[in-house]
Formats: sequence, C-alpha cells, structure tokens
Amino acid sequence: MTRPTPETLANSARRARAAVEQARDADRPRGTATPTVPAVRTPVSAPAQVSGAGSLVRSLEALGVEVIFGIPGGAILPAYDPLYDSTVRHILVRHEQGAGHAATGYAQATGRVGVCVATSGPGATNLVTPIADAYMDSVPLVAITGQVARPSIGTDAFQEADIQGITLPITKHNFLVQSAEELPRVLAEAFHLAATGRPGPVLVDIPKDVLQASTVFAWPPTLDLPGYRPTLHPHGKQIREAARLMAIARRPVLYVGGGVLKAGATDGLRQLAELTGIPVVTTLMALGAFPDSHPQHLGMPGMHGTVAAVHGLQKADLIVALGARFDDRVTGQLDSFAPDAAVVHADIDPAEIGKNRHADVPIVGDARHVIDELVGAVTVEQSAGHRPDLDDWWSQLQELRRRYPLGYDDPADGTLSPQYVLRRLGEIVGPEAVYVAGVGQHQMWASQFISYEKPRTWLNSGGLGTMGYAVPAAMGAKVGRPETVVWGIDGDGCFQMTSQELATCALEGIPVKIAVINNGNLGMVRQWQALFYGERYSNTDLGTHKHRIPDFVKLAEALGCVGLRCETAEDVDRTIEAAMSINDAPVVIDFVVGKDAMVWPMVAAGTSNDEIMFARGVRPVFDEDEV
Amino acid sequence: MTMHTLSVLVENKPGVLARVSGLFSRRGFNIGSLAVGETENPDVSRITIVVNADSSPLEQVTKQLNKLVNIIKIVELDPQVSVARELLLVKVRADRSARGQVLETVNLFRARVVDVAPETLTVEATGTPDKLAALLRDLEAFGIKEMVQSGTVAIGRGSRSITAGPALRAA
Repeated sequence: MTRPTPETLANSARRARAAVEQARDADRPRGTATPTVPAVRTPVSAPAQVSGAGSLVRSLEALGVEVIFGIPGGAILPAYDPLYDSTVRHILVRHEQGAGHAATGYAQATGRVGVCVATSGPGATNLVTPIADAYMDSVPLVAITGQVARPSIGTDAFQEADIQGITLPITKHNFLVQSAEELPRVLAEAFHLAATGRPGPVLVDIPKDVLQASTVFAWPPTLDLPGYRPTLHPHGKQIREAARLMAIARRPVLYVGGGVLKAGATDGLRQLAELTGIPVVTTLMALGAFPDSHPQHLGMPGMHGTVAAVHGLQKADLIVALGARFDDRVTGQLDSFAPDAAVVHADIDPAEIGKNRHADVPIVGDARHVIDELVGAVTVEQSAGHRPDLDDWWSQLQELRRRYPLGYDDPADGTLSPQYVLRRLGEIVGPEAVYVAGVGQHQMWASQFISYEKPRTWLNSGGLGTMGYAVPAAMGAKVGRPETVVWGIDGDGCFQMTSQELATCALEGIPVKIAVINNGNLGMVRQWQALFYGERYSNTDLGTHKHRIPDFVKLAEALGCVGLRCETAEDVDRTIEAAMSINDAPVVIDFVVGKDAMVWPMVAAGTSNDEIMFARGVRPVFDEDEV
Repeated sequence: MTMHTLSVLVENKPGVLARVSGLFSRRGFNIGSLAVGETENPDVSRITIVVNADSSPLEQVTKQLNKLVNIIKIVELDPQVSVARELLLVKVRADRSARGQVLETVNLFRARVVDVAPETLTVEATGTPDKLAALLRDLEAFGIKEMVQSGTVAIGRGSRSITAGPALRAA
C-alpha cells in the first residue's frame, strides 16, 4: 500500500490559523442565507478602503463562507492575493469541473451554499457542466469567475468568453459586475438567490479591472431584488382541500421529491406519513428523506424503481406530490401515467406545477410549511372522523412487494456481482455514511441495494445525469462533513472523467473512499445495446478489463491514494473493511465485476409504466381486478 | 392558437431583454412583436410582447418569465379593455402624377407625411395592427420602397395603473 503525500505545510498552517479564528468566533454564522439577511447573524463592518478583490474576499468572509474550490488564472488573479490571508479555505482542484462538482457535493451534504472559483475563458467554460448539473438538481451554488477587464469585453480578448451569456439558461440568475462598489451587494444577492426559494446556481462574473479598482467595503449591504419574492407559505384553502382528498382517497400515495430534503422537511414528512398511513415513494433525488427501512416506504419510483412504487403510483387514486416535478424518468410515457389519480402538487416553484401533469390541487410553498400545515389539516379531518380505510390498498401493495422484491441473480459466469458489492458496502458501512454516486448502472444499484435512512446521505447527479460527478462531489461532501465517512461509488467510465481530483484529496487531506464498480464497459449504455440494439456493443468496451488500462490500483497510488482491488465475492467484506480502517488517506477500491449484470426492474424509455419489466423477459403479473 | 399581449415590467438593467427573449426562443415560441421602453419610473422598463400561442404553453412561459429575477411583474392585457398601438414609417412612391392620390389615402387614415422627396413621400401612421395593415394595403398600389414598423405597445383602459393591478401569477 502506498501512503499519500502528506498535505502541504502551507495548507496545514492555514488550517490551523482558520481553526483558531473559528474558535474565537464560535458563534459566527455558518448557515445559509435567510430571506431577510444573507447570513444567519450578519457581522457588521465599518467602511474600509480596499481593492475590489479585497471587497470580494471580505464579502465571502462576511457571508460565512468556510471553503471555496477553484483554480487561479489571469483574470481572477487579483482575487487570489487577499485570499492568501483569508479565513476562507481555498482548495486548489485539478480541473474547474472538479471545483464545481465539489461545491455541489459540499452544498448537498451540508445544506449550505457551495462556492467555486475560476478564471475567465476556459476556466469559466469548464464550470458549465457543474453549473448545469446544479441547475437541474436545484443545488445552492455560487460560481465566481474572472472576466477580462471592462475595456476589453467584447473584443475577443485573450481568454475572453461571454460566460454570463453562456450560463443564462443554466443559472437561477447571473451577474456581470459593473463596478467594484457593487461587489458586496452582488455577492450578498447571489448567496440569497442561491439559497432561498427553489435553490439553484448563481454566477458572478467579475472583470479584472473591477477586482483591481479601489473601493470602500462596508457590511451588510442592502439587497435590491424587487422582482424576487418566493412564496414560502401555502394557501390555507388549498391545504384544506388536499387534506380533504387525503381523507377520502382509497389508493393514495405520497410522491416525495428532492424538495423535501432541501426544505429540511423530513421529520414532518414522517409525521404526515404515519398520521395518515399513506404509502410513500421517494425519488432518486429524495432517497434518505424517508427511511428505506420504514414499513410504509415502497421504494423509488421510475425507470428503475421498485414494482411496488411504480405500480403504486400507476394505480393510485390520489398522488400527493411534495417537492417533486413529475420528471420523465418517474412518469414514463406521460399520457398513460397514473390515469385514475387526482393530483395534489406542492412545490416552491409555481412553474413546476402543471408543467408535466395537471394538478387538481396546486400548492405553492416551501415543503416544510406545506407538510406542517398538511399535518394540521389532516388532524382536523381525522378528528371529524374522516379516516379512509387503506387496508385493501396496503394488501395489494404488500403482495407486490412480496412477489417482486428488489433482487439479482449472481452472474452465471462466476464473475463478481456488482449488486452484491453494493449491498455489502451498505451493510458494512452503515446508514451514517454519505454515499455519492456517479451516473449509470452503479448509480442505480447504489440507489437500490444500499439502505438510506437519513437525509443528506445520498448524493448524485439526478437531472443532468453527469458522468464524472462522484469523485469531486465526494471530495466536497467530505470537506463539508469531515467527521462523516464519505464513499464515492463510481463506474469505470465515470471514474476516468474526473479521477484527477483524487490528487486534490490526497494533498489537501480529504480522505474520501471510492468504490469503482469496474465492469470494463459503459455499462448502462451496454445494457441498452443488449436490450434495444440486438447486442451490438458499439463503442462501449473501455478496455479496463481486457487490457487493464488504466490499472486503477496503480492510478490510485499515482494520485497519492491507497489502491485496493477486489475480484471475488469472498474478498468483498475484507476489502471494504480494509478501506474503512484507513482514515488518513483517500482509498480507491477497484471492484472488478461482471459486465453482463443489468439494472432491473426497468421501464424502457418512452413506454408506459404499465410495461415495467421485473427482469429480462419477465413482466409482473398484476391482477387488474384487484383494483 | 391566439394572439396574447403581455406587458412585462422589468428592472432597467443590461441583459434583461436577452433573458426575456431567450426564454421565449428556448421554449419554441415565436415572438410576434416586441417593444421596450422606459416607464414613469426610470429604474423600471416595460416590455410589450405579442405572442401567438395556446394558453397552456403560454402559462408555462409566463411562469418561467416570472422566475427571472429581473422581472417585476407580468400582466396579460385583454384586448377588450386595453388600447394597443403600433407605429409605422413607410416610404411610398409618389411622383407628380400619383402624389395627390397618395395624400388622399394618407388623410383618409389620419396618417401624416413626415418627409418629402421628388419621387417619394414618407408617411408616419399609428394605430392598431388592423388599421396599419389596411393603410399598407392601400399604399401598396403606389409602390412601397421601404417600411419599418414598431412592436405593439399597449396599456389598460381606465384609471387603474398596471403597478396597482394583480399580476399574472397562475397556480
């Protein structure tokens, strides 16, 4: 085993200094923005003469930022000088995409705003993928980019790119800072916009001469956002109508999305579910919002959801959607989705309501307020004796659960089963850890065979489906929650897109653990080729099995990590335990698994959820007379 | 599909028009006409957008527009209770023989001549899109050398101001 290079002296000194500062202001705000002020308790700074760069860094400090991920370059260079003396920790990544996903992982794991920094031109465009990713998954992210000096804007100057224009459709909002005086206000607005309402990424583009200009820094600034008024509190009449429907429905389902996690509404959700006895499904973005082990949890709906969850929604007479958006991966063919269901749709974003599926009861509001008020309204209904009998419904669902549980067959060729690896990983590591998946088969198996019991223990790229998300996002999650064990779960394809950030982890002392589910192929694409393209495997063999290129153990060691390999079922526990015993270095396990395993159940893209396949060639038998 | 007239109050800041028009094009809407100008409050601009769309996709676009941070308010103007006008400048062939007839048409439509050249007259007209279309149809007989038309601007009838009325916020 190779030990990683110890973290640099400069960094440990910086961290020690930061720790002292932190101890000194132990009560300093570290939270996300609130509707009225950008930090939980806003520090006050008397006006002081600084550079634009100084104003930027002092604004970040005042906003309670503890860490940013980035890479310096020409246009952003002035900002890195005051950063050198700041309490804000800067983590020097290897690629700006890594900075963006790390900030996302940090935000998803902590609920705070994640911050990434890049220079102009290629630095900024390298952030485009993580910004789009954060936009699709509603992650509170602030991206700060350098821009060429104001007189050069629009002249095709060296390293100029119109990043404000480029990110227009993938940010909640973006700013091109026009003067140094604006900086504190713009940053406070950026953090406020990113964290409140429906969270999302906000980009702040700052020309180099603005960073160099002399200005006055004072805090707090006054926010000027006349057009931004997110609706947090739901309409009482709509809540009462929803409660009335819940009291008379015979086949209701609570359809829970990522908004419930973001709103911190998981306790309320449990209360609502237990009060009503209604079955719960949690989407890919909501795993952990409701304990997997809870008897009312049917599992995940959608393309690779459980038969009980998919069929439960399909046959429901009432769907109560909480912070979910009727995404195509959940609904399958929209026209035939849940044909008999009345829909209560609660979301903080009015544009989501009625976008894909008509809402009979639209509710605009923050999921926490919505759920709390639903609990109250349902209690009123129940005390009036309105309590539906769900026994028939539950007996149908229990029968589906019993007949069609999540499962897998061990590969006939004797190779290691990827599902077994993930099941054991979840069992050995336990529900306290944070699991961060890439995109593909390993992501689906990780969602199916690891049990999520707590909020913010499952991070993944749901909406955009960004391969390469896992390693940098795991890094960010570990930085945000250093006391928590963080496992990245990646495929061999994904891993090769962003594995360079393991060097960052090794140097910065971020001991993440990465399980590479290495099937030698772009597995999910291969699965589709097997099912829909007559087993013509065009360009999906990565050679990581056949040629062992790259050798992930050697690669891990080269990047300053511990590299382990596991090729048999007997070695799985031992290898995971070995990785768990290493806490002073990042660890990579190369799990060499069979290439033919498939993700089941499956609703093929574009087909109806009624066409769910339990396994290849096996369609569940639904007794249609039962409902 | 029907024509809808949206009045959008926005912060008077750079790039706002790009955000608004970009949203329409990204969602596959063809903007019929668009006019932007300052309002009684110099910090606020007003964009009038005429779009041909079914009401349910239009509702989705309106909701997305409402999410733009720089947008303060959106109101759909009902043609029954609002006044809508366009401005037209048109250069018509009008030599000595035709000039009299051209001027007659101009007067009939209560338009004005704003520039005179030996071979042409430049005519200014304001009105509803229907009236301007009729004027153009009549002038076409003489020969139109060049024309330019503004987008529709529209305002609600009565004493109520757009800033006081309810915004178009569905759901």
